[in-house]
Amino acid sequence: MAFGGGWLQRLREGLARTRAGLAERVDALLGGRIDEEVFEGLEEALIQADTGVATTMRIMDALRERVRRESPRDASAVKAMLQEEILAVLKPVARPLNVKPEGLTAMLIVGVNGAGKTTSIGKLAYRFRHEGRRVIVGAADTFRAAAIEQLQAWGERAGVPVIAHQAGADPAAVAFDAAQAALARGADILLVDTAGRLQTRTNLMEELKKVHRVLKERLGGELAEVLLVLDATTGQNGLSQARLFGQAVPLSGIILTKLDGTAKGGIVIAIAGELGLPVKLVGVGESVDDLQEFDPEAFVKALFS
Amino acid sequence: MFSNLAEKLQSALAKLKGRGKLSEQDVEQALREVRLALLEADVNFRVVKDFLARVKERAVGQEVMQSLTPGQQVVKIVHEELTALMGGSHARLNLAGRPPHVIMLVGLQGAGKTTSAAKLANALRKQSHRPLLVAADVYRPAAIRQLQVLGDQLGIPVFTLGERHDPVDIAQAGVSHAKSHGNDLVIIDTAGRLHIDDELMDELARMSSAVQPKETLLVLDAMTGQEAVNVAERFNQQLELTGFILTKLDGDARGGAALSVRAVVGKPIKYVGVGEKVDALEPFHPERMASRILGMGDVLTLIEKAQASMDAETAQKMAAKLRTADFTLEDFLDQLRQVRNMGPLDQILGMIPGLAGAKQLQGLQVDEKQLKRIEAIIQSMTPEERAQPHIINGSRRRRIARGSGTSVQDVNRLLKQFEQTRALFKQLGGGRGPRRPKGMLARLFGH
Repeated sequence: MAFGGGWLQRLREGLARTRAGLAERVDALLGGRIDEEVFEGLEEALIQADTGVATTMRIMDALRERVRRESPRDASAVKAMLQEEILAVLKPVARPLNVKPEGLTAMLIVGVNGAGKTTSIGKLAYRFRHEGRRVIVGAADTFRAAAIEQLQAWGERAGVPVIAHQAGADPAAVAFDAAQAALARGADILLVDTAGRLQTRTNLMEELKKVHRVLKERLGGELAEVLLVLDATTGQNGLSQARLFGQAVPLSGIILTKLDGTAKGGIVIAIAGELGLPVKLVGVGESVDDLQEFDPEAFVKALFS
Repeated sequence: MFSNLAEKLQSALAKLKGRGKLSEQDVEQALREVRLALLEADVNFRVVKDFLARVKERAVGQEVMQSLTPGQQVVKIVHEELTALMGGSHARLNLAGRPPHVIMLVGLQGAGKTTSAAKLANALRKQSHRPLLVAADVYRPAAIRQLQVLGDQLGIPVFTLGERHDPVDIAQAGVSHAKSHGNDLVIIDTAGRLHIDDELMDELARMSSAVQPKETLLVLDAMTGQEAVNVAERFNQQLELTGFILTKLDGDARGGAALSVRAVVGKPIKYVGVGEKVDALEPFHPERMASRILGMGDVLTLIEKAQASMDAETAQKMAAKLRTADFTLEDFLDQLRQVRNMGPLDQILGMIPGLAGAKQLQGLQVDEKQLKRIEAIIQSMTPEERAQPHIINGSRRRRIARGSGTSVQDVNRLLKQFEQTRALFKQLGGGRGPRRPKGMLARLFGH
């Protein structure tokens, strides 16, 4: 699946509106000599994109080293070098979803409250259904009020069955039933939704471990994907989310949602650098086909646009 | 909450504290670390620059250099500036004039508007208001249902026209409904939207002019990064915000957004969400929060929490018992339960001066199993044993262990903790006690 021009366009439009100041200043600097101001401008752009102090410092150090070595002609060459440095971090983590050619592909979706798990599942279900696959969705968010109804609404829209118990039921039991149903009905794709939880809530993380364990046991092996849904507007806490969710369950990748706002999602650079966690999908809008594969080049361009 | 920022700031400033003399370089070195700490906490870039410029100007000025304790003086300045950054004193909701008062909650998707609407209604009902919740999110599937479920749980009425109506009409009809049903407060839950979505932002503007809200609160996720200020600025331009509700502050979010939005938009944070339960919404006190960030503790909130979860009579009885050392295992159990009622232990401990930001507290949660075990042990004792623990001999210990499904060691440990606590209370009651709550709580909870 390729990136439409629309995504970048929309991203740029949004950015143009709120960030004209920064972009203009960086560009103004880039016309001229390579001096400390150029580095500071670029550093500021990275910080403002939520890349984080540590990662920014590391990237800027590498950049300064390269500039010393290669003495580029002007400041815009420096910007190109910086983009290369960031791409070197992001390219290895840009990977597609692991969908098995045969048999059942199971995906567990986890994340903090409000990241966009249920919506992402809705979109994924819709997409797989339209590719002609048989999809089953498990509603294991039994905690949040009306989360089950929300998922069922998506299920109707996508035309896929949703396995659900009543509110307050044991999420692991729902996951088990969903796995059971997927196996019995010979489904291709099983998507399991979970309740949003802050990564520091030990008891809720234990509950998540159990959901994962039950799924793994019932399916007789590791899941194809355990995906962390991460809101692109998240700041440095994203690193803690990736780390702590990763300690509880074997994360296989990230779905970066809400990239259609003005947020740059720079935290994924920090996560890629420190944890090497793949970015599998990005959410770039509210319509069902706005969940797309991660294109690091478009992403890096947007960082400085 | 804020724990990481607190720790970093404290270590940056600790180096200054004890110093008799400060050079400009000393201050600059410390402020560089403060800068890193703030940026890592997602405080907005511009805000950090501003903040440091102000602190520095004051810190290298006369007021510090000539004081006897320049280090302390700098900490004081940082504290004052942090407080100012977050908005001075607590800003209440403006509910003056003729009811019904309309409160609109707005924000990005997933910020926590619906949950906050229910929490706010619950909090205001406790202040003798009669709130009506209005479900005006017609876009997200089952959003209306979510508010209805929460309303049902709380016994607070929820007004809706379903998903097929214009949100502006729903809001207006909600206000009329409130008037005819004697509700003095109308809390409108709106759909999440992007601040750059002109069409949906316009819808909010129309709703606002139709229902003339007294309060328009932007609900903001505490984990938001540098974007927080852009979002806040846009919403404020379109809607004239009156304040913020900051959500999800109970995790390890460093909450830099809290420091930024007020500074940039000039509107106060009025409430903070600190948990998933419907009562986990607190009024925001900038000064207390600044104290908490700097590790000075937040005794006022602690006292309020204690007051809210313990009735006055119980508290008086308890105080009397503590003074006379007439403190039994029964009381010990009561106390444990009350502390638990006050909220998650890590939050409570973070409010105690000297404990905020302490390493060993991070991620500490009341171990429910441990509490249940203690409860089981005490409940397996006879009334005499509870009143006079010294009569509990070896065979009684074995019986209690069997009865509670624990081991003799567990029983021993509990009895020892109890004795230590009692001894400590005796000291405190005698007025010559060590002012070290750390020891007491650590012993109480075995940490």
